Amino acid sequence: MAGSIPASATASTAVPGRPRIGPWGEAWRRFRKHRLAVVCAVILFTLVFAVLAGPFIWRVPIDEIDFTQRLQGPSWEHPLGTDDLGQDLLARILYGGRISLAVGFAAMLVAISVGVLIGAVAGMAGGRVDAALMWLTDLFLALPELPLLLLIIYLFRDSLTGIVGQEMGVFILIVAVIGGFRWMPVARLVRAQFFSLREKEFVEAARALGASRPRLVVRHILPNALGPVIVAATIDVAAAIIAESTLSFLGLGFPPDIPTWGRLLFDAKDNLDFAPHWALFPGLAIFLTVLSINFVGDGLRDALDPRRVK
Amino acid sequence: MSQYLVRRLIIAIPSLLGISVILFTILALAPGDPFEELATNPAIPPEVRANLRASLGLDDPIHERYFAWLLAMLQGNWGYSFVSRIPVADLILQRLPTTLLVIGLSQVLALVIALPVGVYAAMRPYSIFDQIANTLAFIGFSLPTFFTGLLFILLFSIYLDWLPFVYRTDLQSTGWKWWGDQIRQSIMPIAVLGLFQGAAWVRFVRSAVLDVIRLDHVTTARAKGIPEGRVINRHVVRNAMIPVVTLVALQMPIVFSGAIVTEQIFRVPGIGSLLISAILANDTPVIMAVTFVTAFLVIAFNLLADILYGWLDPRISYR
Repeated sequence: MAGSIPASATASTAVPGRPRIGPWGEAWRRFRKHRLAVVCAVILFTLVFAVLAGPFIWRVPIDEIDFTQRLQGPSWEHPLGTDDLGQDLLARILYGGRISLAVGFAAMLVAISVGVLIGAVAGMAGGRVDAALMWLTDLFLALPELPLLLLIIYLFRDSLTGIVGQEMGVFILIVAVIGGFRWMPVARLVRAQFFSLREKEFVEAARALGASRPRLVVRHILPNALGPVIVAATIDVAAAIIAESTLSFLGLGFPPDIPTWGRLLFDAKDNLDFAPHWALFPGLAIFLTVLSINFVGDGLRDALDPRRVK
Repeated sequence: MSQYLVRRLIIAIPSLLGISVILFTILALAPGDPFEELATNPAIPPEVRANLRASLGLDDPIHERYFAWLLAMLQGNWGYSFVSRIPVADLILQRLPTTLLVIGLSQVLALVIALPVGVYAAMRPYSIFDQIANTLAFIGFSLPTFFTGLLFILLFSIYLDWLPFVYRTDLQSTGWKWWGDQIRQSIMPIAVLGLFQGAAWVRFVRSAVLDVIRLDHVTTARAKGIPEGRVINRHVVRNAMIPVVTLVALQMPIVFSGAIVTEQIFRVPGIGSLLISAILANDTPVIMAVTFVTAFLVIAFNLLADILYGWLDPRISYR
């Protein structure tokens, strides 16, 4: 007994020369060790900054038609060249990036909200509710995403655009449908986390102190289940960007006058032999964005895994 | 084993029914009336229209309509294409073999790449080879199939002029030359899909092998003096394949999405390009049928994965 007293005393005083760091600081320290992830985070922030601030700096209109400048390669006047109507590709890519990134983030938010809700309900309720929700999750996992996306957009596009306008209508539809088909992995993750966390001592202690069920979930269980959800959210942004670009590439996403990255590729694909730059730049934009998001997700996976000691 | 099979088959039926309910709900909720065209036609009086509606059961309660629709689907009575006036079932049967061939061969290619690379990377974790393989895998599945397809066309068809970029069904040549042409035009669609899948699988295989390679039975096998190649093949890979099979089955919807895009780029006449052209032509019966068939195929592949699972891990069958 006597020996344990000094030991606990030294443990409670901070070790000199090493400042106390919280869990987020610890995560950041581990994230920095994944060099590729840090490089990709920088690239990603640059891309986001470029599409947000770019149109204010590069003030060329996206729809200025100039037939004397058709299908030109990169030059000082048009750094990324022009398309078949002489429109400036840099301006169009910057504008399209806003849409692509907005769809990615919004669809991720939809997917995470639905996934966390279903996973939390299944994880807390258990029993029959859990079985039913997991059957639903498995069912959605077996649905072919792209054909259903195409079907739903084909059937509902006209009526929704009639209500909220064309651009907004397609945006809401695409975000809702992409998000609605990507919540399943998150739901499974959250459910598994809830099952293990709700039996832990600290949750038991909170329950013994009289914490209500919602308080238990929001204050004690959910924050501890957040790590894998953040990683899944990162990957979901990338997947949603690819899904939106795929729709636009098939000519079935946003209307033709909105130059999303996929739409630019769709327009460029028939001119590959004499204007390869037209397809290469938007394609590279999608690739760079998705690649850096995936690497950042990989870095976060290492950083947010509490079992990893480095 | 047969009992296990029957059980898996029975579990697949509710999933199929669930998918049919989802599809029917989407269709029932969709705005628009199939009789819109008749309504604007002044030559048809309203009574005739009402009679037609009643005779086709359009005014029945929704659950009766669902069962009538499901029965028709099950009997292979999928209606006629609005555009070509051919029975939808015939149209799909014409196109399905091409799609299955492209998907099947691309999966084989993905396996041929992912298995050796993943196993070798896991045998030497954090080596130079592992890091290069990991980076390439990340690049591979971050490149969307439509961009890879365009890059392949740019490189192999336009600059190098080695491969044709349009898949033709009316090849003029015969005999060996026909086979040569067929292979040449199939390389790019299969490679685009296979490389994308292979990149994702490399990571699955690597992490699964890493989990198994540290287990005691592997150490025991090595201690007994079994050569390393045999240890890997007999004791590691087979056990590592169990989680990989599950992950691969979960990837099937993505494979079909990739197939639709690839068929569209290279104009391969499969069900994916059928779907796109049907959507552009507002050909609702074809769109519905293709969606249902892809959903059915995804479930069929999941079933296949379950069977493989039972073969790889005999303990599962007895449960």
